[in-house]
Formats: sequence, C-alpha cells, structure tokens
Amino acid sequence: MVPLNYYLILSAVVFAIGVIGVLIRRNLIVILMSIELMLNAVNLTFIAFSRFLGSMEGQVAVFFVMAVAAAEAVIGLAIIIAVFRHRQSLDPQEMHLLKW
Amino acid sequence: MDASTLIFFILAGLLVLSSLLVVFLRDVVHCAMALVAALLIIAVLFVMLQAPMVGVLQVMVYAGAIMVLFLFVIMLLNPRTLEQPRRAWWSLGGLLALLLGALLIAMLGKTETWSDPVAETQIFGSPEMLARSLFNDFVLPFEIASVLLLVAIVGAVVLAKRER
Repeated sequence: MVPLNYYLILSAVVFAIGVIGVLIRRNLIVILMSIELMLNAVNLTFIAFSRFLGSMEGQVAVFFVMAVAAAEAVIGLAIIIAVFRHRQSLDPQEMHLLKW
Repeated sequence: MDASTLIFFILAGLLVLSSLLVVFLRDVVHCAMALVAALLIIAVLFVMLQAPMVGVLQVMVYAGAIMVLFLFVIMLLNPRTLEQPRRAWWSLGGLLALLLGALLIAMLGKTETWSDPVAETQIFGSPEMLARSLFNDFVLPFEIASVLLLVAIVGAVVLAKRER
C-alpha cells in the first residue's frame, strides 16, 4: 500500500512544474495548459485524502473542480481566440494596453 | 517494496516527465500531447486510489473533451511562430517555482499515513457512493455547477463571435 505522503509529494512536484509553465512560457495556450496541470495536481491531493480518510467528499470536490475547469478552459480559449483576432499574436508580453 | 509501490513509482516518474514536457517543449501541439499523457497517468492514479468513477470522468472530460477543445483552438489559430525564450524570466520563474515546490514538499512530506480506513473489498469510490454523496449533501453546488456551465457556454459564444 503506497503511503499518503508519496501522493502528496508527487502532486506538489507536478503543481510546481505547472507554476514554472505559467511563469516562464510566452504562449497563452501553453499557460492555460499549465493551469490545467496545476488543477490536476490539486485533484490528485483531493483523491488521495479522500482515500486515506475514507470519505467521499474529496471525490465530490474533484467532480466540481472538473466542472469549473471545463468552464475555465472554454472561457479562456474564447478569450484567446478574441485576442488573437485583434493582435495576430499569442504572446502575453504584447498585451499591454492596460499596463504602464 | 511491493507491487503497488513499484507501479506508483513508475507512474510518478512518467507523470513528472510528461509534466516537464508540457512546460518545456516548444511546439504547442507537442505540449498538448504531453498534457494528454499526464492526464491519463493521473487517471490511472485515481483508479489506484479507489476512485474509478472519477478516473473515468478524468479520461472522458479532461483527456477527451477539454484536450480536443485545446487542439481545436490550436488548429484554428495555427500559431506557427515558435516563441523565443527569455533567459531572465526562465531563471527567475524557475527559481520561484522550485522554492514553492521545496516548501510544499517540506510541508506535505511529513504527513503521516493513517491506518487504512477503507478495506480493499468495500465498494468505496463506486459510482453509487459518489452519486449518494453528490445528490444528498451536495445538491445545491451541483445545481450551481450546471448554471456555471450554462454561463460558460453563453460566454464562449459571445466572446468568440466575430464582431460586425
């Protein structure tokens, strides 16, 4: 039987990799994919705790996280399409209309 | 080391590898493929943790629907130009993320495993138990999630519509 903290460390590593992706990539689609990776790392913690506490609440939480992630991906990709149509670019550095 | 631990380590290695590929590959389509692999491995880990229903949902919703959506947008926009990496941000971002990862591991690594509350023979994690929990205790969040999905559909149509 695999101990709980193995799962927690694995999801921490995957979450940190997702953070790296959000911080260093310059492509909006890849940034969105890194966010999905981070959400999945958290889902793994939920499921691991659900298993080791013997309660179903963690699995239900993952169910809702999936619903919210689907909505987030849809809206994010729609925004990316709208931005690409205006600027012909996916580089977040070039979106500086509200920056000073 | 028993068989399940060995399988866990193999899966963990593959998961970390495919996550790194998501972040460090330069072609967007390759990143998406690596993300599909990572999501499938996470689904296998869910099944190992006696959550078969969530594992199946993970394959269908994430690796299926959401990734098809991503690939569809990649094909639609067809961003051929590969991005140029910025060295300063690479080091700074990597350092910050490594710090975060080290903190998380230091905190979570000390978690103790409780004595196993779920016998392997029980039906823990079955669709029936998930549905009982979902429709008894979480009916209101379930309905709110459906409203959220409706709002997301309307929002996506409005946002992606061509302006006249």
